[in-house]
Amino acid sequence: MTDVPDLDDTDRALLRLLAEDAGLSASVLGQRVGLSQPAAWRRVQRLERAGVLAGRRLDLDLAKLGFGVTVFLGVKLGTKGRVSLADFERAVSAIPEVQTVEHVLGLYDYRLRVAARDIADFERVLRRRIMTLPGVANVDANVLLSEERLPGPI
Amino acid sequence: MLDDADRRILRQLQADPTLSGAELAERAGINAATCWRRLERLRERGVLRGSRAVIDWRALGYTVEVSLRVTLDKTVPRAFEDLADAARQIPEVLEIQTFLGQVDVRLGLIARDLAHYQQLYRERILTLPHIADLEALMHVARIKTDETVPL
Repeated sequence: MTDVPDLDDTDRALLRLLAEDAGLSASVLGQRVGLSQPAAWRRVQRLERAGVLAGRRLDLDLAKLGFGVTVFLGVKLGTKGRVSLADFERAVSAIPEVQTVEHVLGLYDYRLRVAARDIADFERVLRRRIMTLPGVANVDANVLLSEERLPGPI
Repeated sequence: MLDDADRRILRQLQADPTLSGAELAERAGINAATCWRRLERLRERGVLRGSRAVIDWRALGYTVEVSLRVTLDKTVPRAFEDLADAARQIPEVLEIQTFLGQVDVRLGLIARDLAHYQQLYRERILTLPHIADLEALMHVARIKTDETVPL
């Protein structure tokens, strides 16, 4: 792992702005934080090189796209050691409705975020795609009601 | 609703949000002017809200990530609101989600290391209001993170 870069207040301000809107140009960023366009651009480049800025994510209104239901699944695998984690991870990642897959320690082995059109569609994904995955022993579901993302410690 | 061309545009943009207008039009198989007009309309309708930079907290030295699953004392009328208000004051909380199910609230929390996590847990988390039960899931690895949907 590389060294943690030293961030100053200007870097933090840039990160906060880009976390809200990754499409901001270097000139707009510069205006907001009091830098020239080339200086803002150099700082963003540096944050990208340091791996702090790790790409972009599209912000879509899923409900308007017809995905009315988001469910978090806690998946427990059975007979550990016999099930290949790599096989499970490959298979679960290939399901289009599965948005995120996280390997966790605790009550479950994996935490999945699933986007579905409605509860009936979710049930189809759960029964046909998730429950049929290799090694799945137990699945716990929680339907997302609201979600708030915060800027984090910057 | 969306037609096929809209879906192609969003599909390509989901796969790579950094695409320029010209590249996007080419990959979606429509001409640049049409593509631009459709993007504008998707923004006006609020379907496409924009794009957000992904911050890699590990690169900033936050090596620990924990899901805190909270069951609330629901006899308190404002339990959800009070908990969310207090959680928002903790800089290391990245996500506040509410659920229908066994879990009422999930807090996504990051920490520099286990010692830092322990300190946050004792001083900031256990002191949050109206918690009836709390369990922690330690994140080991992110296997899939793109958060795309099948369009």
